[in-house]
Amino acid sequence: MEYGRALELQRALVEKRKRGEIPDQLLIVEHPHVITLGRNGKPSNLLASEEVLRRAGISFFPIERGGDITYHGPGQIVGYPIFDLREWKRDVVAYVRTLEEVIIGALSDFGIAAGRLEGFTGCWVDGRKIAAIGVHISRWVTSHGFALNVTTDLSYFQYIVPCGLTKPVTSMAELGVAAPRAEVIESLTRHFALNFGIEIVKREIETEEAVWSMS
Amino acid sequence: MVDVVMPQMGESIVEGTLTRWLKKPGDRVERDEPLFEISTDKVDTEIPAPAAGILKETLVEEGKTVAINTVVARIDETGDGTGAAAAPPAEAPAAPAPAPPAPPAAERPPEQPPVRTEPAPVAPPPAAAPEEPIGPLSPLVRRMAREHNIDLRQIKGTGAGGRITRQDVENYLAQREAREARPAPPPPAAAPPTPAPAPPPAAPEIAPPPPRVEAAKTRVEPMSIMRSKIAEHMVLSKRTSAHVTTVHKIDMTRVARIRARHKEEVKARYGYSLTYLPFITRAAAEALRAFPLCNASVEGNNIIYHNEINIGIAVALENGLIVPVIRNADEKNVLGLQRAIADLAARARSRQLKPDEVQGGTFSITNFGSFGSLFGTPIINQPQVAILGVGAVEKTPVVTEDDAIAIREISLIGLTFDHRLIDGAYADQFMQKVKSILQNWSEEIL
Repeated sequence: MEYGRALELQRALVEKRKRGEIPDQLLIVEHPHVITLGRNGKPSNLLASEEVLRRAGISFFPIERGGDITYHGPGQIVGYPIFDLREWKRDVVAYVRTLEEVIIGALSDFGIAAGRLEGFTGCWVDGRKIAAIGVHISRWVTSHGFALNVTTDLSYFQYIVPCGLTKPVTSMAELGVAAPRAEVIESLTRHFALNFGIEIVKREIETEEAVWSMS
Repeated sequence: MVDVVMPQMGESIVEGTLTRWLKKPGDRVERDEPLFEISTDKVDTEIPAPAAGILKETLVEEGKTVAINTVVARIDETGDGTGAAAAPPAEAPAAPAPAPPAPPAAERPPEQPPVRTEPAPVAPPPAAAPEEPIGPLSPLVRRMAREHNIDLRQIKGTGAGGRITRQDVENYLAQREAREARPAPPPPAAAPPTPAPAPPPAAPEIAPPPPRVEAAKTRVEPMSIMRSKIAEHMVLSKRTSAHVTTVHKIDMTRVARIRARHKEEVKARYGYSLTYLPFITRAAAEALRAFPLCNASVEGNNIIYHNEINIGIAVALENGLIVPVIRNADEKNVLGLQRAIADLAARARSRQLKPDEVQGGTFSITNFGSFGSLFGTPIINQPQVAILGVGAVEKTPVVTEDDAIAIREISLIGLTFDHRLIDGAYADQFMQKVKSILQNWSEEIL
């Protein structure tokens, strides 16, 4: 799903969720190559000029989530939970820790021992980042979320890797795990249900992309 | 007056970083309208206003971290604050305006934001008028005043009821510019002459804000992304590490001879030139094995010893630099290192490096000698703790052990190290090792 379209969809779902018209949603998608810059991210962390990005077929979006700069692309599972935290726990840090727990749990299903790195939100395997997290909250309703590298072509991270200063990235494939995307999604949703104490109903919106309704 | 406080966004959270004000003092805010943003741990949260009114003041700057329940702003609920407050009633078409008929729409530019339709919280207070020295102002005029830093008391309104119109502001601005454009009086040595008779000021004796006249003595250009990234890292490194540099004089004559002997053959067989750098890298890798503290990093109160020796080689680019990494440099011979250096440098210059080729370095070498520098004090590449700076190899007269004077290929090679972790004696022992390897180079096999 194009990043811009997913953004619109998220915004629409957030508005509906705020008005209480829909239950919690979990949007799971895959994006074409895109680099997004969080509100508080420094544009300087983008290493390539927008011209270079355009030539490489990568779009660029400055957006309103937390966190700095990140890359999304094929082979990644991107999850956007639209949750009303008032119905769960009014605690943004607990929310982020639970997102990490969900991903760590799902990875362990595939024999990958991921963990946390104190002070660095996200999920890590041996000092390499396998999943990124960046969240926006408005009136306790969450948007944006996480991106898990399944078979991501990691060379695309070079456009945002400045002079070897940041920590390296990895993917399930790089760690030698050839997991079908659908199985990883299945595992993620199971751990979502487990950790957030919810039930999940799958609802396809387009081929290979789905909104997962919570109830 | 309603206090706006830093909210608690979770049980364990005791403070928050205010990242952005979404409203400015003087702005009207509605209840539950996003007022500012805070950031905790990769989560951005919009905080809504607790009440409707005029944002009187913000007490915390963007970027500051404050404890929860700290008052960050005040909202004036009565909405009858200064000029900013009095206007909305006048422009709400539905509200019965006490003022003369609202000025014709033509006065407002089309791009003006739609007029708020919510009824004014209280009936337009007639009492407000006397307190308002300059009469009601349109949002446009207020914005122009803010943007151009105009004291509206200096402007005489020509609109209905003495109201200040956009035209008035534009006229005032034109006058001000004309004033500012005049050459400044010659810098007076002592008592300045009485000010030249300026065109009659629009208002008496209130000094306008200091004019911002840019002379063309500078040229402004935004930094490239790489430039600002480098700038950031250099300052970060200086702030992080306690930099100390020690310089050793190293006789490269033996290496120079070996190099001269194999240069042609290497060029012919492998297609790259044989430089001094792979010899120095090889010596450094060997010394790092003996002095592992130079191949470590600091994390909190822990020393992280790296089992791999991954040496970054600083490569100058047209407008910056990058430090690609030779992994397991200690497992390569001189030719392998030369190949790696040539390959990484070429691909660095054509921006073809893969991300993991610029990551994971445990030590760095910078060869400013190739630009003629004798010795330098480079900045450590974080999170490493040492960097070797290589000066130019130059023919130099030296006094030999038997008190003769000989011509030798001398290079000043320095180690800049992080004194948090490495003491001077240790650094010098490391350098002695490097020196000993280079001066007694014995391997005929490269």
